Amino acid sequence: MKKEWPVWEVFIRSKAGLDHRHAGSIHAADARMAIENARDVYTRRQEGVSIWVVPSKEIVASDPEQSGELFEPAKDKIYRHPTFYDLPDELKHM
Amino acid sequence: MQLNTEDLEREFQAKIDSGRNIEPKDWMPEKYRKTHIRQISQHAHSEVVGMLPEGNWITRAPSLKRKVTLLAKVQDEGGHGLYLYSAAETLGISRDELYEQLHSGKAKYSSIFNYPAVTWADMGAVGWLVDGAAIMNQVMLTRTSFGPYARAMVRICKEESFHQRQGYEIMLTLCQGTEAQKRMAQDALNRWWWPSLMMFGPKDEESTHTEQAMKWRIKLKTNDDLRQQFVDQTVPQVKILGLTVPDPDLKWNESRGSYDFGAINWEEFWNVVAGNGPCNKERLAARKAAHDNGAWVREAAMAYAEKKETLKEAV
Repeated sequence: MKKEWPVWEVFIRSKAGLDHRHAGSIHAADARMAIENARDVYTRRQEGVSIWVVPSKEIVASDPEQSGELFEPAKDKIYRHPTFYDLPDELKHM
Repeated sequence: MQLNTEDLEREFQAKIDSGRNIEPKDWMPEKYRKTHIRQISQHAHSEVVGMLPEGNWITRAPSLKRKVTLLAKVQDEGGHGLYLYSAAETLGISRDELYEQLHSGKAKYSSIFNYPAVTWADMGAVGWLVDGAAIMNQVMLTRTSFGPYARAMVRICKEESFHQRQGYEIMLTLCQGTEAQKRMAQDALNRWWWPSLMMFGPKDEESTHTEQAMKWRIKLKTNDDLRQQFVDQTVPQVKILGLTVPDPDLKWNESRGSYDFGAINWEEFWNVVAGNGPCNKERLAARKAAHDNGAWVREAAMAYAEKKETLKEAV
């Protein structure tokens, strides 16, 4: 019986010191093949020094329909930003 | 709060109008989803079928430099197909279904690949003209409304520029060579010029999807606008090569600041789309054979992975 290879999400660190970033996805039978396929598909021009692969079905995502409840409470909390505070111009190093 | 479809559609349109992108899990009209599956998969199929005319020349490339270049280009096209299939899959269609649509003829791919690549100069003309026309369309699509498609386009555009440059370099080398080599370059230009102009699709007044596609920011320019841009950009490149555009009606129009060009043979275009181009059957057969002959490898890899998984659980 034919069965499709599972989908993996690919994350790539472009150089040491930077975060891994989502690059795209790939089909592969197992984790090792996923790394190899990700290498071939997403780093043909030295785009990475490290790859993470995660089975797509293991990703838990927030629901876009609930983005209001999730993210809007932060909107009116401008006092969390440094520019909220009014300080004299002659003040240095702050 | 439950919104009705009309409200959702209004909100959706407002989002697009304000320049925001649509992501896979966002609400979208069914037609937007279907149109994207069709367009993205057609684009993916074009990348994959596009490997065939060039693959034929890898073993016949005239030097090691040309050979490694062509290999890299063909490998890029395979990669571009994969980026695009992944983008289409975010809309809820499986990879197997996408392949099935290609192999059964339900899904189309760019008609340009149904023309044969008969001389080495065709590798030059294809990279220069065909990739050039594709890039023009793809640069526009980096600003398309569907996030995964736009992101795939950014990646593709970054990689594709070398495809066009290496093609032009092949033409340049031939044009600086012997008389016979120059004739070969002119012959390739003669055969690829008109099919390349056809790549932008039917004339605006005959393009049924354009209005909706512009409204949803699937397209940002019309077929005719892109075609004109291509002609204006390419004619000076033809002059540098010292070749002649195979169009007696081509001339600079001072008042428009653009080139006027002759009528396109749309009968030929529709005939190739309908499956009667010189290579339609050959391309599809090669594609299907590759898929069918690789089936045992895909199945064996899956069986091996499942067996390893079972053994791990048993420990």
